[in-house]
Amino acid sequence: MRDAFTRALMREAAKDPKLTLITGDLGFGVLRPFWETYPDQFINAGIAEQAMTGMAAGLAREGHTVLTYSIGNFPTLRCIEQIRNDCAYHDANVKVVCVGGGFVYGSLGMSHHATEDMALMRALPGVTVFTPGDPAEVEAIVPVMLRTPGTCYLRLGRGGEPMVHTAPVENWQLGKALTLRHGKDVALLSAGGILTQTVSAADMLAQQGIDAEVVSFPTIKPIDADKIAELAGRFRHIVTVEEHSVVGGFGSAVSEVLGELGTGCRLHRIGMPDIYSCIVGTQQYLRGEYGLDDKAICEKTLQWMKA
Amino acid sequence: MAETEMTYTEKTHAAFGAKQPDTSDPRVLAWLIRRHGLEMTHLSRGSHIGAIFSLAEVMAVLYTRVLNVDPANPKMETRDRMILSKGHAGAAVYAALAERGFFPVEELKTHYANGSRLSGHVSHKGIPGVEFSTGSLGHGLPVAVGMAMAAKMDKKNHRVYVVLGDGECDEGSNWEAALQANQYGLDNLVAVIDHNRMQSLDFCENTLSLAPFAEKWRAFGWHVIEVDGHDTDALTAAFMQAKENKGKPTMIVAVTTKGKGVSFMENNILWHYRTPQGEEYEAALKELEAQRP
Repeated sequence: MRDAFTRALMREAAKDPKLTLITGDLGFGVLRPFWETYPDQFINAGIAEQAMTGMAAGLAREGHTVLTYSIGNFPTLRCIEQIRNDCAYHDANVKVVCVGGGFVYGSLGMSHHATEDMALMRALPGVTVFTPGDPAEVEAIVPVMLRTPGTCYLRLGRGGEPMVHTAPVENWQLGKALTLRHGKDVALLSAGGILTQTVSAADMLAQQGIDAEVVSFPTIKPIDADKIAELAGRFRHIVTVEEHSVVGGFGSAVSEVLGELGTGCRLHRIGMPDIYSCIVGTQQYLRGEYGLDDKAICEKTLQWMKA
Repeated sequence: MAETEMTYTEKTHAAFGAKQPDTSDPRVLAWLIRRHGLEMTHLSRGSHIGAIFSLAEVMAVLYTRVLNVDPANPKMETRDRMILSKGHAGAAVYAALAERGFFPVEELKTHYANGSRLSGHVSHKGIPGVEFSTGSLGHGLPVAVGMAMAAKMDKKNHRVYVVLGDGECDEGSNWEAALQANQYGLDNLVAVIDHNRMQSLDFCENTLSLAPFAEKWRAFGWHVIEVDGHDTDALTAAFMQAKENKGKPTMIVAVTTKGKGVSFMENNILWHYRTPQGEEYEAALKELEAQRP
């Protein structure tokens, strides 16, 4: 996803000399093509996320389209007040970019596990939250995000994720969910890089005779309420999947829509329980440990459908 | 005319009698900032009069002799940018702007009031002339760094000013921004510190000691000018000197007295939060009236 991001960003930087990328001293393997090609549109703010984000607000107020870049929780939690007061309150055209949503940096420990960022960014008025599921969604999102006024958050995964979409996502509109496969028995809703596991779980369910619909949500704010309403009309069970706490993130956003709709549809949330991760391992290992890999999604869905 | 029949503007301008105060004179503007600071915190039962008084000359010099701003065109592209980072002294900015014609003086009476746009901490929303909203400390300098960088990148000649408190320098984000301003040689950036040596609960010295303060900024690569923050001519000279400085950001350490202008408020920590009411309000008013330029 991060390479798709750099590719898409470089296309946009060529068109807009006021597009400015600021890093908090990270991204050696990711951003190098950008700073070699557009040195005048690149700033290293140092290991100083609060001042980086304030600086971004200042540049944005002067007409620049600014991206701040770092990993894990650093571009968000470390400087959330600057995002709130300096960026969002001032309608500043700042796009906060995180590489490493969820357990991407699994072996590095709890400090590097981004498992509350979606909830916190979603709570801030005026902040659009992008949660691409694969590199194709990243390519579709970047130009739309740069044309979305105000402050945005882009939560990327890692490098080297497989394409889940079989073709480029074309003419994507802000806030629209994307259906990857149609089904009739259960709807699996996914936000972010966990999409690979959601699709794989649908394959496993198919082997058990369950026909699952899979829908990816490239934004959780705004959330595609029309799509959720439509799914609630067709399915008895909706399952949300996110590599993030079950508190306040994607599942919560969907539950808010369903709750107000008042349908008879049951919602089941899969995500990190309301705890801090205290074990380490690869991203896939931790997904398994905390019950959000494909196998766990399949097993939990089968249980819920039986109950 | 009975006091109750006077408008807010008439009341705060009463000391000038029939003649209009000349707000292009920094000493007159500084006096008016204090007069409004007293009246606004009195009417609203608001806090921070000590900080407002401390800053009066700095704000007055900025809005008379330094900033290229135009009340008829507050968003003029070539304007100098001015951010008050110690947003709790926002009344000083509101008073300066109103007296310089950005919005009616009469509106100052709504400070803190229900439905008012004049929040206790300075806000830009709907208020002509306010560049940026602050209130949480340690935000103004990083934003000013971004604005100064933008001016450099876009080859613009306007300058960026930011006013901080000394207590505010406890916040680490200032020192992050200090490193950045030095790294990028932002000589179009001028920061002013209202160095009144006091913060919310006690003297800075007894809280987190800042000494040696000017040396800290020099060590961070800034051009530092120390000046009497209540001497309008010395402040003017400092700002002019800052314009000549090349290759580095400038820090003007304005040595001030918290509560300056009212004897019982000066250097008294009570007046960070205390609101002037009753006899204290009357006594403060009397002292200010005796000082009218």
